[in-house]
Amino acid sequence: MTGFSMAAIDLRALEPILIVSGGALLVLMLDLVIPRRGRAALAAVTVGTMVLAAVSSVALWGETPLRFMRQAHPMLHLDAYAIFFNLILLTGAVLTVLASVNYLEEVGAHHGEYYVLILCAVAGMMTMAQATDLVMIFLGLEMMSIPVYVLAGFNRRLVKSNEAALKYFLLGAFASGIFLYGIAMIYGTTGATDLASIRAAWKPTPLALAGVGLLLVGFGFKISSVPFHMWTPDAYEGAPTPITGFMAVGVKAAAFAAFLRVFLVAFDLSAEKVNALLWVFALATMTVGNVAAIAQHNIKRMLAYSSIAHAGYVLVGMVAGTAAGEAAVLYYLLAYAFMNLGAFAVVILLVRDGEERQEIDDLAALGYTRPALGLAMTLFMLSLGGIPPTAGFTGKFYIFRAALEAGDTWLVILAVLNSAVSMYYYLRVIGVMYRNEPTRDLRATGPSTACGLALLVSAAATIILGIFPAGALDLAVRSVRALIS
Amino acid sequence: MPTENLLTCVTFLPLAGALVLLVLPAAAEKSFRGLALAASLATFALSLVLWTRFDPSSGGFQFVHAAPWIPEYGIEYKVGLDGISLFLVLLTTFLVPITLVSAWTDITRHVRAFLVTMLALETLMLGAFVSINLFLFYIFWEAMLLPMYLIIGIWGGPRRVYAAVKFFLYTLVGSLLLLVALIYLYLLHHQQFGSWSFDLLRLYEVHIPFGPGWWNPQTLLFMAFALAFAVKVPMWPLHTWLPDAHVEAPTSGSVILAAILLKMGAYGFLRFSLPLFPDATAQLMPWLIGLCVIGIIYGALVAMVQADVKKLVAYSSVSHLGFVMLGIFALNAQGLSGGLLQMINHGLSTGALFLLVGMIYERRHTREIAQLGGLAKPLPIYAALFLIVTLSSIGLPGLNGFVGEFLILLGAFKTHPWAASLSATGVILAAVYMLWMVQRVFFGPCDRVENRSLLDLDLREIGVILAVVIPIVWLGVQPGLFTSRTDATLAALMARVEAKSAKSWKGSGQAAAPAAHGGGRVAAIQERRLR
Repeated sequence: MTGFSMAAIDLRALEPILIVSGGALLVLMLDLVIPRRGRAALAAVTVGTMVLAAVSSVALWGETPLRFMRQAHPMLHLDAYAIFFNLILLTGAVLTVLASVNYLEEVGAHHGEYYVLILCAVAGMMTMAQATDLVMIFLGLEMMSIPVYVLAGFNRRLVKSNEAALKYFLLGAFASGIFLYGIAMIYGTTGATDLASIRAAWKPTPLALAGVGLLLVGFGFKISSVPFHMWTPDAYEGAPTPITGFMAVGVKAAAFAAFLRVFLVAFDLSAEKVNALLWVFALATMTVGNVAAIAQHNIKRMLAYSSIAHAGYVLVGMVAGTAAGEAAVLYYLLAYAFMNLGAFAVVILLVRDGEERQEIDDLAALGYTRPALGLAMTLFMLSLGGIPPTAGFTGKFYIFRAALEAGDTWLVILAVLNSAVSMYYYLRVIGVMYRNEPTRDLRATGPSTACGLALLVSAAATIILGIFPAGALDLAVRSVRALIS
Repeated sequence: MPTENLLTCVTFLPLAGALVLLVLPAAAEKSFRGLALAASLATFALSLVLWTRFDPSSGGFQFVHAAPWIPEYGIEYKVGLDGISLFLVLLTTFLVPITLVSAWTDITRHVRAFLVTMLALETLMLGAFVSINLFLFYIFWEAMLLPMYLIIGIWGGPRRVYAAVKFFLYTLVGSLLLLVALIYLYLLHHQQFGSWSFDLLRLYEVHIPFGPGWWNPQTLLFMAFALAFAVKVPMWPLHTWLPDAHVEAPTSGSVILAAILLKMGAYGFLRFSLPLFPDATAQLMPWLIGLCVIGIIYGALVAMVQADVKKLVAYSSVSHLGFVMLGIFALNAQGLSGGLLQMINHGLSTGALFLLVGMIYERRHTREIAQLGGLAKPLPIYAALFLIVTLSSIGLPGLNGFVGEFLILLGAFKTHPWAASLSATGVILAAVYMLWMVQRVFFGPCDRVENRSLLDLDLREIGVILAVVIPIVWLGVQPGLFTSRTDATLAALMARVEAKSAKSWKGSGQAAAPAAHGGGRVAAIQERRLR
């Protein structure tokens, strides 16, 4: 370790990750001293930690790019791109925690470890967003995945929750293995694991191409792109609802963060073969997701297929391959975090006597029995379907615009037709809420302030991003610029 | 009152009313209807200010109000009013309070939700008519689907779910392709001018490549626009959602749908398709005219055999809107003016017909012609008003319908004599199906016991219908009131179409084919145009 000194290490690049990790340890210890009934305090500490991490991320915006080690090829790179993703990830996690408190009480699984696991997973996600080295990305991927496997099975008295965890774990372990194998092949041909060096030493040998293919499989699994999506509906259905939302928003955003960075910095995203492959992935992902969602009666499965379809839309932005396309991807993931977690928050509020209400028909007449909840759900469904003036529309607009500009006219036409298909099942939810008489008792439980707050924030953000998208888009554009230059 | 944001006030006043309604406590339930009515009446009063301050000699946009929105993308909030939108705005602000009054006893479930939906819908409709930024227009256009979906889906008849979803999806597919076309146009503008803009006036300047055959940008863009608008009009064969939606919708929903939403389609053709894609319009003209003629005759024939009065009126809309489109595609002063006037006429007369059908349905809970009969005896006032509106609908001279149809046929005869002759049969068929229906419903023996004891219209209902009859008569005897305010705008529109058409085929370098298809056609029209 010659030539290595503490002075070369800039800990500020790690600040947000360190805060979240520290928070995880703090919550773990607090759990020992805090009585059973005071577990909500742990949630407060968790949220506080993540808000602090978000503040520190924002504070570092002006000083970027920060490198963890002052070398030519740092492992971690806190740039504007990473900060933008930190904000998406932290927002998603905060909303998840807020939505969880009441839910965990209802299902009788309120343990301190829940929050610890979420914080660990967030630390992993943020590592993925900041990593500029394949090994570091893999590390982040595992730091994120393992807590999420546990969280998926957190409702351990339910068979379905166990099934979800096991399925997710087994397939996820395979995907991680494949990903690692891909890294090995790329290291074998280029002699490097950091993204910039890979680019410099890149030769399209069969082995290197196979490596890229394996990386695609790994990422494809985490973003649940078709044909690596098989686990998604089962895992989403069985996992506790807040975790389902967390998986759809957080895990997916983190995977996209690394995916985009790897393919922008190390490989050429606009190279013809990669582009053609992504084109096929995008189309298949949108179409399979939307068509399968039509047939669902379980709202969590429907939202699972819908999240597959949304990964497809995001891939359309990646296919565009331009700076505008990538900015649109970032913007879309932000918008998606709010509208999707909002929809899950409504489903969470339906939990009664320890039992989740998962059928779409369980929402019957919600628009009259609980008007505010019905209105919010209507908003989220419209936004997911891409109807203006909501965040979902502006997000789709930016993606389609970028893809058209890049000349992918057919893909955009197929994507808008997909949007029309998707509206069918989103409308069905709205229709059920405003038409039918209640099928089951939907009496209000005790006050769920935290979940209400999550819902309010999501709804407000969905509208604000829909009507005044300029600010957030500008941030996304600047973040991407930092990455490309 | 400052003029620059007058139009914005008119547009958003109903939405403000809706928001107030939304936050009122449930205890104030009794005042909901009154409050909503007050909001819509205030909007109407404010729109009359637009009418008085409108400068008929100008062909451009007036009362323009702009504000930056997403500047980097050339998206701004920009609204304006011209001769085309003036009357559509007035029609909207006029009919919404009327439907609210008509729904006083009709809608009893979820009253607050209904009123909020109606007021929100009014803002969206007005917004679509006054937007002169295409992005803004698209937002209003698309967002409009939801309130109408809810109105049909919540307060509709037995098959409301099916009808509402069909309505939504039909329109949505068209609109989404419109979005793609819009963005393409916007990129084209950037290519040619180096700046981003969705401003309609600047997009008018874009040169859109055109060539023979239909695989060229202009024709494809035209088709994407036309699909969105043709679904809404609806033009045959895209009309199948309309009868379902009308039959299932509550009376107020049917009135708004027929009187205003359908006009969105025709308005879209006038405002966007013609001036943006003149060559493609000319190229596809035979097809478009053909569809209009089929729509006119098909709608009339199908209307004739309907057993349900509401369905009959719905199919008659297909026929009438065919006339509107025929007038627009005639592309001359009379045709355009007649088409525009007929849009207003159809809004008034069909709106009134739906109101009347709703009134009998409230009493008899059926709309089957066979169940009715001899109603003139128990319901003399109702019968008289129904007859007046029927005569307006079939175009009796002295009432509004005549002027519009006459101008349309006059215009169409100049450019498409065969199509006009065929369409003229539609006028005759309209008289047949409407009068035959009136005869079966109102005259003859009143042999059903249920029909004999029906109560005639009360003051509220008479007021509602009379309010619509006034402009019906007024426009009939004094159409100049209308045409004097639209002529300048339509002349400007024609000038723009001609100028752009000439420029585009000269610029395309393929002079021969487009000249034969596009430029030549428009030039020929220009020669025949009467001032």
